Amino acid sequence: MFRAYLKTAFFALLLAASSGMQAQDDHLLDHDVHVTDAENDGRVNTKDEIDSYIEHHLKDVHDFHLFSFTNDANERIHVGFPLPVIVWTTEGLKTFMSSEFHHDDSGEVLVQKGDVTLAKYHSKIYEIDNGANVLSFDEELHPNNAYKVLDFSITKSVFGLLLIGLLMVFMFGTLAKQYKKRSIPKGFGRALEPLVLYVRDEMARPNIGVEKSKKFMPYLLTVFFMIWIANLLGLTPLGFNITGQISITVCLALFTFVIVQFNGNKDYWKHIFWMPDVPILMKIFLIPIELLGIFTKPFSLLVRLFANITAGHVIVMGLVALTITLKEQFGVVGSTGLSLFLTLFLMVIELLVAFLQAFIFTLLSSLFIGMAVAEHDHPEHTGTGEEDVDIVRERFV
Amino acid sequence: MEELINDFSPGLFAMQAIVLIILIILLGKFAWKPILSALDDREQGIADALAAAEDAKLEMARLEASNEAAAQEARAQRDVMMKDAREIKEKMISDATIQAQEKADTIIANAQEAILAEKKAALADIKSQVANLSVEIAEKVTRQQLSEKDAQLALIDKMLAEANI
Repeated sequence: MFRAYLKTAFFALLLAASSGMQAQDDHLLDHDVHVTDAENDGRVNTKDEIDSYIEHHLKDVHDFHLFSFTNDANERIHVGFPLPVIVWTTEGLKTFMSSEFHHDDSGEVLVQKGDVTLAKYHSKIYEIDNGANVLSFDEELHPNNAYKVLDFSITKSVFGLLLIGLLMVFMFGTLAKQYKKRSIPKGFGRALEPLVLYVRDEMARPNIGVEKSKKFMPYLLTVFFMIWIANLLGLTPLGFNITGQISITVCLALFTFVIVQFNGNKDYWKHIFWMPDVPILMKIFLIPIELLGIFTKPFSLLVRLFANITAGHVIVMGLVALTITLKEQFGVVGSTGLSLFLTLFLMVIELLVAFLQAFIFTLLSSLFIGMAVAEHDHPEHTGTGEEDVDIVRERFV
Repeated sequence: MEELINDFSPGLFAMQAIVLIILIILLGKFAWKPILSALDDREQGIADALAAAEDAKLEMARLEASNEAAAQEARAQRDVMMKDAREIKEKMISDATIQAQEKADTIIANAQEAILAEKKAALADIKSQVANLSVEIAEKVTRQQLSEKDAQLALIDKMLAEANI
C-alpha cells in the first residue's frame, strides 16, 4: 500500500513538473522572442563563451535548465523549469518563481516585490537600494548600489539535495522495511546492504571502535550516501553541481567539526593543550600547532571535496568543449571523436572519484571522531595518534 | 579565495544544514537504526549458530569418545567373562574327571572287594565241598577198603573225577 502511495506521489510530481515546464515554455517563448537579437542567445561557440559557460555551471543557479535550441523560426528555446525563489529582504520574506528573472543573470531584469527591487547578477540575488532603478557596478564589477539578500531559494543544488533526500529515504526506508520480513534483503536492497556494511566495517568500526561507532553511524551513513549520490548526480546530464558548492562542503565539514569537538573526551583535549610524554617546552610549543590542527582537519575535508568535484566538472566540460575548440585543427568528426573518447575516459575516472571522495570524507570524518573519542590506556598509545596523522597526511597527498 | 568567499551562500549553507539534520534524524530513526540492528541481529545469529555448531561438534566428539570407551569397556568385560567361562569350563571338566576317577576308583575298589569276598566265599564253599567230598570219599573208601584194596583206590580216582571242581 505504501509503495502504491509512493508511486502515485511520484507520478503526480512528474505531471506537475511537466505541466510547469509547459507553462515555462510558453512563457519563455515570448520572452525569447525579444532577446533573439541580443548578441548571443545562450549559444556557446567561442573560447570565452565556453569559459563563461563552465564558470556559470560551477555556480548554483536559480532555475533548472536542461538544454537550449534554436527553432525553425530562428527563436532560441530554453527547456527547463523555474524553481522557487525565497529571499529575506528588508521588507521581510519574499517568494516568487525564478522565471520572473527571465533567465537574466546580469542584473538587467528587475523584479519588483512590494517595496523592494530585486536583481540577479552572477547567480546571486541583490536588493537594489531605495531610489535606484538600475543595478550599477564599481570598477571590479561588484554591484555598488545593492546588497546580497539572504537567499533561501530552492536553487538547483537545494533541489538536488531534496531529490537526494527523497531518494535516500525511499531506498533505505525500503531496505529497513525488508528486514522486518526476512533477514537477507532481496532486489535493490541486496546492493545497498553491502554498502551500509562497508561504511560500518571499513570506515566507522576500524577508526572509532565497535561500541563507540554506534552513536555516530547515522551521521556517517547519511553523509556518505549524500555525498556519493550528489557526486553521481553531478555526472548526469542534469548538470547538478552540489558537492562542488563551497557552501555545501563547508556545511558538511562543519558538521564533522562540531561532532568532533562535542564528543572529544578528556584525553582529546589533553593532547591538544598539554601533550603527555613530551618535555614542558615542547608542550607549550605544541599548543598552537594542535589548536591549528583542530581547524585544519575539517578545512582539509571541505577543500578536498570541493576541489575534487569542481576540478572534475571543469575537466569534463573542457573535454566536451574540445569538439568546438579543436574543430579547426581536426575537423568536425576528428574533434568530436577525440572529445568523446577523452570525455568517456575521464567520466570513468570521475565515477571512481565520485565514490572515492564520499569514501574519503566519511573515512576521515570517522578518523577524526575516532581520535576524539579514543581511550588512551597506555602512554605508548600516543604514538598511534601520530601514525594516524601520518596516514592522514599520506592520504592528503 | 576572494571569489570563493563571494561564492559562499549562507542561504545554501542553511538549506544544506536543514536538509542534512532532517535526513540524519529521519533516516537515523526509520532506516539506519532498524538496518543496523537487523544486521547486528543477523551477525549475532550467525555467530551463535556457528558457536552452536562448534559445540555440537565437540559434543559429538565427546559422545564418540565415550562410546568408544564404553565399547572398549564392554569388550574388556566380554573378554573377562569369556576368560572366566573358559576357566569355569576347564575347572568343571577337570572336577568332573577327578570325580569320575574317584567314583570309578571306588567302584573298582568295591568290585575288587566284592570279588575278593566272592572268592573267599567260593573258596570257603569249595573247601567245605572238598571237605564233604573228602568225607564222602573217605566214607566210601572206608566202606570199600573193607572189601578190597584195589577197588578202593579205583573208587577214589573215580570219585575224584566225579567231584570235578
